[in-house]
Amino acid sequence: MALRKEHELHKRRLGRNLGVGLLLGGFVVLVLALTMVKVTSTGFKFPQAQSQTEQN
Amino acid sequence: MSDASINASNIRDDEPSFGDYFALLKPRVMSLVVFTALVGLLAAPVGVHPVIGFAAILFIAIGGGASGALNMWWDADIDQVMKRTKSRPIPAGKVEAGEALSLGLALSGLSCIMLGLATNLFAGAFLAFTIFFYVVIYTMWLKRATPQNIVIGGAAGAFPPVIGWIAATGTMSIEPWLMFALTFMWTPPHFWALALFMRSDYDDAGVPMLTVTHGRRATRVHILVYTVLLAILAVGTAFSGIGGPIYLAVAAVLNALFLHGAWKIYRRDEDDSEADNFKVERAFFKLSLLYLFLHFGAILVEALMKPYGLGGW
Repeated sequence: MALRKEHELHKRRLGRNLGVGLLLGGFVVLVLALTMVKVTSTGFKFPQAQSQTEQN
Repeated sequence: MSDASINASNIRDDEPSFGDYFALLKPRVMSLVVFTALVGLLAAPVGVHPVIGFAAILFIAIGGGASGALNMWWDADIDQVMKRTKSRPIPAGKVEAGEALSLGLALSGLSCIMLGLATNLFAGAFLAFTIFFYVVIYTMWLKRATPQNIVIGGAAGAFPPVIGWIAATGTMSIEPWLMFALTFMWTPPHFWALALFMRSDYDDAGVPMLTVTHGRRATRVHILVYTVLLAILAVGTAFSGIGGPIYLAVAAVLNALFLHGAWKIYRRDEDDSEADNFKVERAFFKLSLLYLFLHFGAILVEALMKPYGLGGW
């Protein structure tokens, strides 16, 4: 199958790549937002401090 | 051969688009999952941070979508036969069955782990159980083995509000199970009405739908019986912790209409239905969509009004 310079296939691939890119970007932002919410919540303890508390 | 060269024989003219992969997740079913899970989350008597709530609903939706992709992978053979499902990405030749399997497994893992991390491990584990139930117990095992397949499948579709509730509270109580029961009891009359006017589809695919195994008369009786039980449950829910006067008013009207529809379906025979191209059955099916949406909508309204001293009894 001969490919023209701008085949319809290229558009579909671009759409797919953009879609995956946006999803990955959104996922990173979501994980960051979740982390911020968790570490700024009142009951948050760093894992090390938590394990020391449990030992005592 | 330079890096830029392309082996033309390896290129598929029908390469899937982003939308084809998205269609594997059954977006319409996903919208029901999102809505009912959101109601479960907001009806819970615990405040949830908006970011955590958003993440919970998103990962429950992705889990639901993953089950859809795994269902399409397993059912590709029967989807090809049925008119309603022939245009799905795998039977339409847009996506390979193996790709659907990979996508479904990857998204299942991602959604359960992320829900567990974002909310609590119980919610993540319950989402994993729901995916297992839908894919293995329903799709792989019982769908093709029993005419009660719709009842079993309904259970899988009814879990999202329970997961939403657990995501918020970390515990279980009677209220989320009332929401579960609402969807669970609603599913059979909804799908059996569809089976009455889409009959050749299930016949051709060899899926043991009640209409095929027990006949259409028995299906009409089943629709009526389930609708009566559903009405008792739906109105009774008004007097629980998630109910209230608004819910009661909505439930009273909708259940009267639904019972009336089921009664009409019961009274009709095949000649009546053929004569008007299943008008009553089609109307009942349409009403069923509104029925579930408005019941959950009323639960949501009651929950949203509670902080202002309104809502509930």
